[in-house]
Amino acid sequence: MEASKVIHAFYTDDEVLLDAVKTVKADHHHIEEVFCPFPVHGLDKALGLAPTKLAITAFFYGITGLSFAIWMTNYIMIEDWPMDIGGKPSFSWIENMPAFVPIMFELTVFFAAHLMVITFYMRSRLWPFKDAENPDPRTTDDHFLMEIPVHNNEDTLVALLSKTGAVEINIVDKQ
Amino acid sequence: MYQFSGKLKTFSLALIIIGVIGTAFSFYSGSKKTIEDAKHAIEASHNVGHGSSHEETAVHNDVADLENHTAKAVVHDVEEAHDATSDKEHAAHEEHVLHQLQNRPWSAFYVALFFSLGITLLVLAFYAIQRVAQVGWSILILRVMEAITANLLPTSIIMLVVIVASVMHLNHLFPWMAEGTVDPTSDNYDAIIDGKSGWMNATGFLIRSIAYLLIWNAYRFFIRKSSIKEDTANDGNKTYKKNFTASVIFLFLFMITESMMSWDWIMGLDPHWFSTLFGWYVLATLLVSALTVIAFFTIYFRSKGALPGVNDSHIHDLAKFMFGFSVFWTYLWFSQFMLIWYADIPEETTYFVMRFTEYKLPFLGMVVMNFVFPILLLLNSDFKSKPWFVFIGGFVILVGHYVDVFIMVMPSTVGSQWYFGIPEMSAICFFLGLLIFTTLRAFSKVSPIPAGNPFLKESEHFHYYNIEHSEEEGSTDHH
Repeated sequence: MEASKVIHAFYTDDEVLLDAVKTVKADHHHIEEVFCPFPVHGLDKALGLAPTKLAITAFFYGITGLSFAIWMTNYIMIEDWPMDIGGKPSFSWIENMPAFVPIMFELTVFFAAHLMVITFYMRSRLWPFKDAENPDPRTTDDHFLMEIPVHNNEDTLVALLSKTGAVEINIVDKQ
Repeated sequence: MYQFSGKLKTFSLALIIIGVIGTAFSFYSGSKKTIEDAKHAIEASHNVGHGSSHEETAVHNDVADLENHTAKAVVHDVEEAHDATSDKEHAAHEEHVLHQLQNRPWSAFYVALFFSLGITLLVLAFYAIQRVAQVGWSILILRVMEAITANLLPTSIIMLVVIVASVMHLNHLFPWMAEGTVDPTSDNYDAIIDGKSGWMNATGFLIRSIAYLLIWNAYRFFIRKSSIKEDTANDGNKTYKKNFTASVIFLFLFMITESMMSWDWIMGLDPHWFSTLFGWYVLATLLVSALTVIAFFTIYFRSKGALPGVNDSHIHDLAKFMFGFSVFWTYLWFSQFMLIWYADIPEETTYFVMRFTEYKLPFLGMVVMNFVFPILLLLNSDFKSKPWFVFIGGFVILVGHYVDVFIMVMPSTVGSQWYFGIPEMSAICFFLGLLIFTTLRAFSKVSPIPAGNPFLKESEHFHYYNIEHSEEEGSTDHH
């Protein structure tokens, strides 16, 4: 991969960062990434990011869990080893359905929650033993970092960023 | 300031008058019912019910005497024995059905009355919660809630009249009030009711009912006055703190009286049956309906420009509560049902047997309306901030919970002699008209903005992060 130059601008306040992002955006520069120690409300909108589809996946994972629970209770309690539930030996899934509702509920929640977390990890490209992507460890403590790619416009960018309240501006070669 | 338009005033008064006429008519035709009508009703149910023996026994009886009466009725039908006891049995059954027929207008009125009073009461309780929790977001709609609670006084007075009428034996709503239930020498003696007579006696019932109504109305009277005073008090939040204390006391009393009220006024219709979570179940029903009513009035007042600070985020929050408490209701409803279904103890299952055999469509339909529909419609975050969606969802929730109260009352009082007709519709008209009239009148009387509340600013700036406000100033400041 060809090495490219990027600017790293550091901020120490989320409000200042948010205003800086708006200023840079207003000047039609592309912001590659912003690294924050905590979520900043409204940052996704200021960056022009599309809304997350995680909620929709959660809904379908829940449906999957519900279907799995129905299949599982039917297989275990009715087909494989028919059980007399609550003194009602009907051996029919639908007639014993009230007994299965807690299972259906729990598995719906279980599937939705766990699969959503796994989806989130995969979508964020996070997995065990992965090297951290953030360029500066201070972004895990009290600094915010804005990364802007440079295309022969170093001076204008530095001039613009220094006006936005950045506490430090570095130009680095990105591998 | 909101102006209570003459058109709406006429509309709500017309609803009340239609309701009064319809109710008067149904009471008149109810009082005309004779033993002949009861015989016809029994014959009609015989013709319908001959399909299976299970249905057969169910249509003959109602919950109050299901345990002993059922067995006798079956024996009676099978053996076709026409001895003296069975004739007497027959006459008793006819009289019982006659009582159910006479109960119909009372029950229809009682369902709508309890629903209306309950909704108003829960709006008051939700309002008190806002004060006790010092909630920020809802300050701008506090006056809407206050206005709805204006309905408490008239409904309380009507409730008192119905209760006094019941105690005076003008109706047969509460079977435990019948003659001789606690007299061991009487034919009517009922050991179960006798065992509960420490709680179920007319004097205690009357005293408790009056106490509940007094407590609720006293708080409502105080807080409304004091809340208006708060606007101009400017006394370093002294009035505000006083209102806080009053609300804490009210909530404490409310939690006790609400449970007791549901035992007395609803579970008392089925004196043999009991459920330990009934109070919460009734609470959930009324709370979700109360939040829907608040959302409806908020949407209406906002569309009239009477609530300038209320934005889509406030609507979103109300819809979240509607959604959440719909799920909560389902949880309690199902918890009650599943335990009784699983254990299968006769004295508990009578309640559901009656509802499942005679009221199958409304009984199951209400679960769809109160659970499946709100889940599908209000699950999506975007839909919750669209007034139109909230209205559709809320309408189904209100109808569903009316049916819920209907299912709590009717099987115990009219048994298989139920029908949705003039008495029910007139009662709904009456209480709907009353609610609209009292609320709009109360809202038009004072400033819609509680200017003295220290959290007013917070409410004005309330912003749920993924909602775009259409005509909002200062949207950069949303913390």
